[in-house]
Parts: sequence; structure tokens; C-alpha cells
Amino acid sequence: MEKSAFTQKALVIGGGIAGIQAALDIADTGYRVLLVERTPSIGGHMLQYAEVFPTLDCPQCIMTPKMVEVSQHPNITLLTYAEVKSIHGSTGHFRVEILQKSRKVDHTKCTGCGACWQKCPGRTASEYNAGVTERTAIYIPFPQAVPAKPVIDLQHCRYIHYREFIESKQDGKKPPECRICERVCPVGAIDWDQTDTIITEEVAAIVVATGFDLMEIGNITEYAIDPDVVNGIQFERLLSPGGPTAGVVKRPSDGKIPQEVVFISCCGSRDPEHGVPYCSRVCCMYLAKQAVLYKHAVPDGQVYIFYIDIRSTGKGYEQFIQRGIGEGTIYLRGKVSRVYREGEKIKVVGADTLSGQRVEIAADMVVLAMAVLPAQGNGTLFSRLGIATDTHGFVQGNHHKFAPLETSVPGIFVAGMAQGPKDIPDAVAQGSAAAGKVLALMARNEPSLQPSVGILS
Amino acid sequence: MELSYYPGCTVKTRARNFEESAIAVMQTLGVTLAELPRWNCCGTVYSLADDDLIHHVAGVRNLMQVRNQGHSKIVTLCAFCYNTLHRANLVMKDQSDNRFGINSFMDEEKPYNGEVSVAHLLQVLRDDIGWEKIAARVTRPVNGIKIAVYYGCTLLRPQSAAVDNPENPVVLQNVVKACGATPVDFPFATECCGSFQVVSNREFVNERAYEITNSARKNGAELMLVSCPLCEFNLRQAQGKLKDKYPDFQAMPLLYFTQLMALAFGLSAGVNRFDLNSPETQVWLSQKQLMV
Repeated sequence: MEKSAFTQKALVIGGGIAGIQAALDIADTGYRVLLVERTPSIGGHMLQYAEVFPTLDCPQCIMTPKMVEVSQHPNITLLTYAEVKSIHGSTGHFRVEILQKSRKVDHTKCTGCGACWQKCPGRTASEYNAGVTERTAIYIPFPQAVPAKPVIDLQHCRYIHYREFIESKQDGKKPPECRICERVCPVGAIDWDQTDTIITEEVAAIVVATGFDLMEIGNITEYAIDPDVVNGIQFERLLSPGGPTAGVVKRPSDGKIPQEVVFISCCGSRDPEHGVPYCSRVCCMYLAKQAVLYKHAVPDGQVYIFYIDIRSTGKGYEQFIQRGIGEGTIYLRGKVSRVYREGEKIKVVGADTLSGQRVEIAADMVVLAMAVLPAQGNGTLFSRLGIATDTHGFVQGNHHKFAPLETSVPGIFVAGMAQGPKDIPDAVAQGSAAAGKVLALMARNEPSLQPSVGILS
Repeated sequence: MELSYYPGCTVKTRARNFEESAIAVMQTLGVTLAELPRWNCCGTVYSLADDDLIHHVAGVRNLMQVRNQGHSKIVTLCAFCYNTLHRANLVMKDQSDNRFGINSFMDEEKPYNGEVSVAHLLQVLRDDIGWEKIAARVTRPVNGIKIAVYYGCTLLRPQSAAVDNPENPVVLQNVVKACGATPVDFPFATECCGSFQVVSNREFVNERAYEITNSARKNGAELMLVSCPLCEFNLRQAQGKLKDKYPDFQAMPLLYFTQLMALAFGLSAGVNRFDLNSPETQVWLSQKQLMV
């Protein structure tokens, strides 16, 4: 068979910690990498966390250098605000079409000065702050964003609304024309005519690192929908020194410092009734960590963690659980049957199955460890790539033990939460491992399988 | 439209106000509730014992009677009858061994395979009639009345018998809204009233009623709307006693949802049999000038 030289370039989809690790490991070896991220900045979920277990490092401190390295690496081309739309070809020669969504901002002119987002009157929930605060319509998701240049969110831009109103020739009151960002921009970078573009690239191999989302709180109908009942990521933001409350834990409803906080494990996870029979793997540890961080912020506060089992199987994890218990975290083994507001308090009704008692706690805040799900949109992407998933929508490796990162399409690999729930060390390890697979493939520079056709006689 | 209707013992005795208001309300909506001839006890409580098929026979006999009358659906008012009949029906539908056992025992009848469906009146209102049609019949909207709706347990548990989302039901709130009144947030809407513990542990039931009623009051309700005769009985008898134990306790008027509908439809007071409601309810109704 004739040798077909592979394209010496790889594609990494997803700019969270797993994708960043994969991209850097490939690029450091001298191969070129295209990193495609759907949101306006790389960073992913890790950057939302206050501190990370079990070492209590600050993710902004340990992760931003990697993000900057990605943006400045000579072998990495970074495409943010972009999505993979189609794929053709096979190992060594995948032709991918990438949609570069229009930012309405010319990044070759923009200096990232911030005049526009400081003046923009458009508002919507901040994705980075998990809805705890709002952001503007023209925005960078967070101060350390890479690139640190804004995009205009068309759904919440006043001028776009104005244009749609004019074009629809409706009667009634005209919305304001706005265009404030355009007026305040010192370099004329706002470009209303910028359109979506399609970028076509050829790559030898692909790493899928598209991450996760949390189940919506509303799915657990026995727990109240209330501003003071938050999910794990929202509480991370409230604990974060760089968060909306500058690290002072304030509850969303009235800004008071909560004196009693109840954490509930396995909200949706390990619960076939809610469609998630699996363990989300990170919650035991992040709840223990949040309890410790909360006690550091509010030393006279009281924390309770309802749990089914404490799963602390990583390196140094059990010691961290014991540290939390030593610092005053009260563990209650049992499920919570109901969470509801009663005046100023959030009532939590549950069971302590070790003492056999019914427990009622009048808390100030409740944190729900919602189930980890594949990121929204993963299903569409995986079917575009033609890779198989398990029944829950995570990517299915070719072999549970010996080929966990090889997908059903040769040349496409998976890393991080896209493959299943996992913590940061495992996601990073998988990012490096997938990079190794990609590098081996590009270095081999020929297909490992003979194309053959079976004939039945 | 005519629907086959299973009354059960309680609505023929203590809860005649529930039955008579239900029949009148349904008549107004163009539905005749035709009482199942020769009905017998539903079985009262679904037996959870391992080998206790004999307890389902009473329920199954009623379902056979529905089928023999040529009906495919039976409507119930009492939440316990609904639960017991519905679950006996599931046994006959889904458990082939038990189906065979019960059918063999009742060998004078043609075998029954769960072909009848068991519905609660709330399901008929929601699924067969619809809130818009109900709202259109309202001639005397009970505007401004803040109501805590109380489901109790057997309409919602277990999930296989639930008439609505078992954790966050809305069907009774929708009755309230259709009548023009306002449902309040009520975290105890699906809390257990103590049920038949009232026979052996009345003190426990009273404590449940204390929590449930107080929660309704704290959330701004002036009335509790019930759907189950046993909940009504438990809450009412406890409210009478609780005043002795807790001097600041304030009883809460209790109406069946069909009584609220009859009021909103402007039906004559006679159909509501308010004489069977609690004294507090009667006082409240006269204050609101709703006794007429």
C-alpha cells in the first residue's frame, strides 16, 4: 500500500483544562495545534472555582499561565467563539469546517481597553458567575479572559434589538438605538457588518474535550427554586476572592452572611429516578472543600453535609475529608426529602440514618451538588463527529480498560469530563494521554490499519 | 358525557358534602357521574404484605363490575379508593403470576386483565374537560381568596399511582386558579396528615395537623383545599383538639375542591352540604357571605 503522509496538525475541541493540557503537550513537541473553543474565552469550568481540592490552590493563579501560554504558543492557533460544524475524511486527513461566530468586534483593532463593556447598558446573566450576577451585552467573560477582547452577545444587544425592530416594520415604540460601544471605542473596532465565517482546516487527529454541565436545580422538584438554594458552581463563585462578593460569602436574596449552610450530596446523581444512576465523582470532595472554605470565611458559621457515602478515593482526598471534619463540618448520612423557604430561613428536612433521627435544619443557604451531565450541545457535536456515546451521552471509549480515550472513529480521541465525570487531576492526565495518542499517530505518519473489504460468498 | 363513578364508603357517610358537590359540579360541566351498580368496598388500603393477594380481590371485583357494565374507565372521588383501585388494577395489568392467582380464585368471573382504567376526578377535570372550560363556567369568581391546596399522600404516592408530579403537583392549584382564587406557596402540600394512624396514635396525627395548618397560615392562606376525606377528617378533628394544647393555635377552614368549584359556579348552597363541614369553615363561609 502506498504511504499517505499525514497532515502534521491536530485539532483540540474544547478549551477547558483537559483541552488546554492536550493542546500544550502536542504543541510543545513541535506539532501544530488548532484549539477551538465555543465560548468567548478558554478556561472552562476550572476557572470558576474558588480554590481546588485537596491542596486549596487558587485556579486563577495556576491556570491563567497555561491560558496565556496557549494564546502565545507559536504552534497553537486559538479559535474562540467558534464551533466545529462538519467533518469529512479519516485518520491523518480530517477536513473540518469551523464556524467562527461573528463577534461584531474587530480583534485586529481592539486593544481590550474595556471602555465598551464599562458603558454597555445591555444586561443578562453572567455565565462565568453562574447567574449569580449579570454581565453586559458586549463583554469578556471574566477579567483574565484569553483573548482579553470582547464579543457582542447578539441576543442581549440593544442595537441588534433596534435593528430587528426596524427591519420587522412593527408599529409601536422604537427601542433605543444605543450603539454606545461604537461611540466610546477609541480605535473604531466595533464592526456591525462582521458576519459568521466558515474556516476550513485539515488535521491528522482530533481531541474532544468538551466538558460538562450541571443538571438544572428545577429537576429535583422537592427542592425549592429559591435564590438562596444554589448549585455547587454558584457557591464556588460566592466563595471566590475574585467573585461577585469578593470572597465575602453573602447569600443572594438579601446579601446577609449565612450562619448555617446545608450541603446536599447526590442531587440527581446515583438516582435512577432522575435518569442519572452514576456517581458524579467530584461532589464529595468539592462539598468538603466548600465547607472548609466557608468556615475560613465565616469561622462561627455552621455547616452540615448530607451524604449517602463519602467517596474520597483520590490522592490526599481522605486526609482532606478528615481535615474538614476536624475543622467542624458535620456529616449527616441520609437523604433530604424536602427543601423549602420559611420566612428568612430555608428549611431542610432529612434523615440521619446513623442515629435513626428525622433532621430539620433552619438554614440560611443550601448548596445542591447537582449531577454532572455532558455539556449542552455535546450530543450534536458527537453525532457530527460520528463518535459513539454511552447511554448518558458521555463519549464511549473503544475499550473500558485498554482504550478509554480512543473513540469509535480512529484518529479521534476524548479527554476530560466529555468522557465521564472526573476531577481536575484525572482530566489533566487524560489531556496529556490523548496528546500522547495524537503525537504517536502523527509521528507514525501512516494508517495503522489496512483498508479492507470483506466479501461474503 | 356519562362516566362510571365509584363512590366508596366515606363519601356516602361522612363526606356527603364531597360527593354531592362533585355530582352537581360535574353536571354543570356536562358530565353525569353514573354510580357503579353493586359496588363493594375498594379494600381501603393497598396491602403491601408479600403474599396477600386476597386483599386485592375486593378492588378487582369492582373493576370487573365496571367492565361487565361495558365501561372502560371508572372515576373515583376518595383518594384512598383511587389509590387502592388503581394499584389493584396495576397488579392485574403488570404482574402475570398474581393476575393468574386472583383470576383463579375468582373463578366464577371471566378473567380480568387490567383493561379498565382508574381515574381520580382531578384527572377528569384536567385531562377530559380542561381548565379553560372550567373557568368559562365560573359565574361567581372567588377572587382574592388565598388558598393552600393540600394533596395528602394517596393521590401522589407511589409514583406509579400519582395523578400528577409526585413531588411538585399543580393540579389542585389549577383548580383554584380556574375558580378565580389564588393558591399560596405551601411547602406542606404533599406532607402526610398521619393517615390511618388516627386509629392508634391520635396524638401523632394532631401534631402533623399542627405543623401543616400553621405552615398554611404562615404562607398567607385563609383556607385549605382538600381532596381526600381522610385528610379532611384528620385535620378537622385535630384542629378541634389543638386549641386546648396550643392556646394561640388558629384553626383553618377546610373545603373540598368540588365545594370551591360549586361556589365559583354559583350553584345553590344545598349541593355543598356545608352542615357537614367543620364549625370554623361554616363561620368563615358566613363571614365571606358564601353560605348562600
